[in-house]
Amino acid sequence: MHCAVLVFPGSNCDVDLYKVILQIKGATAEYVWHTDTDLDRFDVLLIPGGFSYGDYLRPGALAGVSPVIASVKKAANSGKLVLGICNGFQILIEAGLLPGALLPNQSLQFICDVVPVKVTQSESPFTSSYQLGDILRLPIAHGSGNYYCDEATHKELKSNGQIAFSFTPENNPNGSDAGITGLLNEQRNVLGMMPHPERAVKQWLGSTDGLGLFQSMLEHHTA
Amino acid sequence: MPQEPSPQQISEQKIYREMGLIPDEYNRIVELLGRQPNYTETGIFAVMWSEHCSYKNSKPLLKLFPTEGSQVLQGPGEGAGIVDIGDGWAVVFKVESHNHPTAVEPYQGAATGVGGILRDIFSMGARPIALMNSLRFGTLDKAHNRYLLSHAVSGIAAYGNCIGVPTVGGEIFLETCYDENPLVNVFCLGIVKHDQIQHGKASGQGNPILYLGNATGRDGIHGATFASEELSEGSASKRPAVQVGDPFAGKRLLQACLEIYQTGTVVSVQDMGAAGLTCSSIEMGFKGKTGIDLNLDKVPRRAESMTAYEIMLSESQERMLFVIEKGRESEVQKICDKWELPNAIVGEVTNSQHLSLFQDGQLVANLPLNACCELTPVYQREGNPPEKETLPKNSSPEKEPENYLAALKQLLVHPNISDKSWVYQQYDSMVGTQTAQGPGGDAAVIILEECQKALAISMDGNSRYVVLDPYLGGMITVAEAARNVVCAGGRPLALTDGLNYGSPEKPEIFWQMQESVRAMAEACEFLSLPVTGGNVSLYNESRGEAIYPTPIIGMVGLIENLNHITPSNFQSRGDQIWLLGETFAELGGSCYQEIRSGKIFGNAPKLALDQEKRLQEAVLVAIESGLVSSAHDLSLGGLAVALVKASSEFFTASVSFESVLRADEFLFSESQSRILISIASQFSASLQSIMAEHKIPSMMIGEVVSDQFSISFNDELLIEDQIQSLKACWRNGFRDYFTKT
Repeated sequence: MHCAVLVFPGSNCDVDLYKVILQIKGATAEYVWHTDTDLDRFDVLLIPGGFSYGDYLRPGALAGVSPVIASVKKAANSGKLVLGICNGFQILIEAGLLPGALLPNQSLQFICDVVPVKVTQSESPFTSSYQLGDILRLPIAHGSGNYYCDEATHKELKSNGQIAFSFTPENNPNGSDAGITGLLNEQRNVLGMMPHPERAVKQWLGSTDGLGLFQSMLEHHTA
Repeated sequence: MPQEPSPQQISEQKIYREMGLIPDEYNRIVELLGRQPNYTETGIFAVMWSEHCSYKNSKPLLKLFPTEGSQVLQGPGEGAGIVDIGDGWAVVFKVESHNHPTAVEPYQGAATGVGGILRDIFSMGARPIALMNSLRFGTLDKAHNRYLLSHAVSGIAAYGNCIGVPTVGGEIFLETCYDENPLVNVFCLGIVKHDQIQHGKASGQGNPILYLGNATGRDGIHGATFASEELSEGSASKRPAVQVGDPFAGKRLLQACLEIYQTGTVVSVQDMGAAGLTCSSIEMGFKGKTGIDLNLDKVPRRAESMTAYEIMLSESQERMLFVIEKGRESEVQKICDKWELPNAIVGEVTNSQHLSLFQDGQLVANLPLNACCELTPVYQREGNPPEKETLPKNSSPEKEPENYLAALKQLLVHPNISDKSWVYQQYDSMVGTQTAQGPGGDAAVIILEECQKALAISMDGNSRYVVLDPYLGGMITVAEAARNVVCAGGRPLALTDGLNYGSPEKPEIFWQMQESVRAMAEACEFLSLPVTGGNVSLYNESRGEAIYPTPIIGMVGLIENLNHITPSNFQSRGDQIWLLGETFAELGGSCYQEIRSGKIFGNAPKLALDQEKRLQEAVLVAIESGLVSSAHDLSLGGLAVALVKASSEFFTASVSFESVLRADEFLFSESQSRILISIASQFSASLQSIMAEHKIPSMMIGEVVSDQFSISFNDELLIEDQIQSLKACWRNGFRDYFTKT
């Protein structure tokens, strides 16, 4: 499984993602600069967290129209796996690959914490090694992760089984609609999520619950 | 455009005074130059001779600090100190203050503090991996203090989060003396391979000087001078002296610099921080024993028709100055262009021993480098102890509290003790995936996977002890910072200091500086801890009132074996809880005293350095022998508060002890050199023998339980409650000021 880790000016979690991929047997990774457009050699595209283009205009807005994203769209349409984490999720939404919007957190403050995250869809290339209903302990760190969509879209997301991860009702840190914090596209080959699985991959980091996501992707690739 | 005053006008109308120079200093400049300086030159001297750049008031005291040790690769004098951690790796760290800017514009003031300390670290060739901060603000009952604090925190968060360096810890203390004059001391640590270390010595005649980063604007002119004055009613009008940060440019600058270092073309590099282009070019030339020619027409500018004075004194952020090997400019400029950063060759290294500035083909300033850096004035200020108010010697309240549970809860909700997660949850403490212990513990722990080691880092300072007794308080500052590092399993390596005081021109303030610095230096010497650099911030006064003397320490320790990382909270039911060290009736300056009496008075807790050293050594031996489940330093609020803080919803403490002290003295005293540890019961004998060997009094006081928190004293049950209820007090005391008002 050869993974592209996209790098925009302002990406921060690119190295963390890269390190995780190298930790997984059978996976390799390569950084791809935001002006590159040739993604054919990759099986998986990873869009890391951070503050691409300094969050100017809106988080993800400028990256969403960057040269590399045009190629990401093509790859997504051809069925390749695309994972966007945190700012990566914001970029996928801005690029139109996922529906809805990510508003500023309800508290209007940046929140960094480790929170319970529920697996609400286990039948996807990203979540197959989890059980439906599993509660993962995953870090979050964002200022705009408050997921919003209109009612019709919400209905559709539910009936298509596109909601991959949710905060629990008792612990919804940013005010997301129905706690939604991980979203698949209809074909389930694109996932955007606010929590950081790449920060939950070692015991001393406080949790290893994020590893399942990368293992799921590897299994999907080798299947 | 108005004409600049002529050299003669500057002299006759004493225009130099507006720039912060006094007549004696001006006359000395005339003598050094052999002529009257022009406007630009006067401005350059004013910033180079400001306290911020020249340490003219603090130099004689800073000399007291031990700065050497086999581990020290770079002591004071460069952007930051460098300490060896073995296997070819080194850590680079420093503390910097941004107090005055924060007082007038808290968001940008604090944000640019973070940006500045980051550049100090990566200008040494290092990759910054951890930020911390130490904040002092006025009490939260006043809306203005809440405004200052919350905006400063947002500014720190905005910069650190965006640039992608985790803020892993810090500390906050609130006191009325900081009402108008908050303190923001920021710390940064980076990691570098020995052979990648960069220096700020311009060498090689003819080598080009490369300007990299944001264009120069009119912001922050005379920031260094502003930072060296007392705050006044008019300070708000100095808002233009506060710079504006651009973390996105900072991020690109950081990435570009790290890439440029890899090319091997860099002769010298220096951050344009305080006093901007002036300080960076002069210091590089002076340290390199060369000279610098700058063509100001080439400097990227964001405003039109800027004068030489404005270009040289601007403190626009996110700028660096490089000396590059001649002929290899294009390799570097390719990287600058990739990161879309303004860059230009603005001059070259000479052998003139002068800084020579050219504009429109004219020589507009020509200054000997040593006059700016070396021949600076040094003031031997006079220190005299203030007249003591006659307050009761006995620092304990007259009566014991009627209800000990209520007394403990009062401490737990006190904003100085209560949980600060409202603040640190705004900081990304995990980016970089190296944080093993983030904010909230005794020390932050960062894992260095490159060399399978870890670092324990702590920031500390207790200005109440220092104001009560500058000598004792100074020693405690060093001892406590080291103790916190030890509790996390680290062997203290070296430290950086942030010295925050009032006006050194007042004898009683200078006495505070003298006494506390002398004591800190003695403590460092005794504990074999070199000081590798730091920051001095004076004139922290408003309306004639000085802040409490506030020295802050950033302590860095090394954990050689990752198994020795030790948490501060209890880990398993049934573990024994031990109190190491001795408790005295020492409530002077304590949180309990302030709550009971509404003020602080009496003596600061005493400290014996040999006892402290033995305690730290004993705990490290216990940790390295694998005996210790958790270790927690006893500090604010004393033993009872430490027991609650070490508890979680799963594990809490049931303890009982006997003492001849009064119960409140035993529970709430802030006696020094004490550590609370928990161990599995089978290690009890081994622990006792280690403590006996190091002559450390130790007492088994109870065990870790999973139901009720309880404290018995001389066979009487004093406190019993659900730990959840105590934790709720602790969690909400600080937060409520911001979420409920």
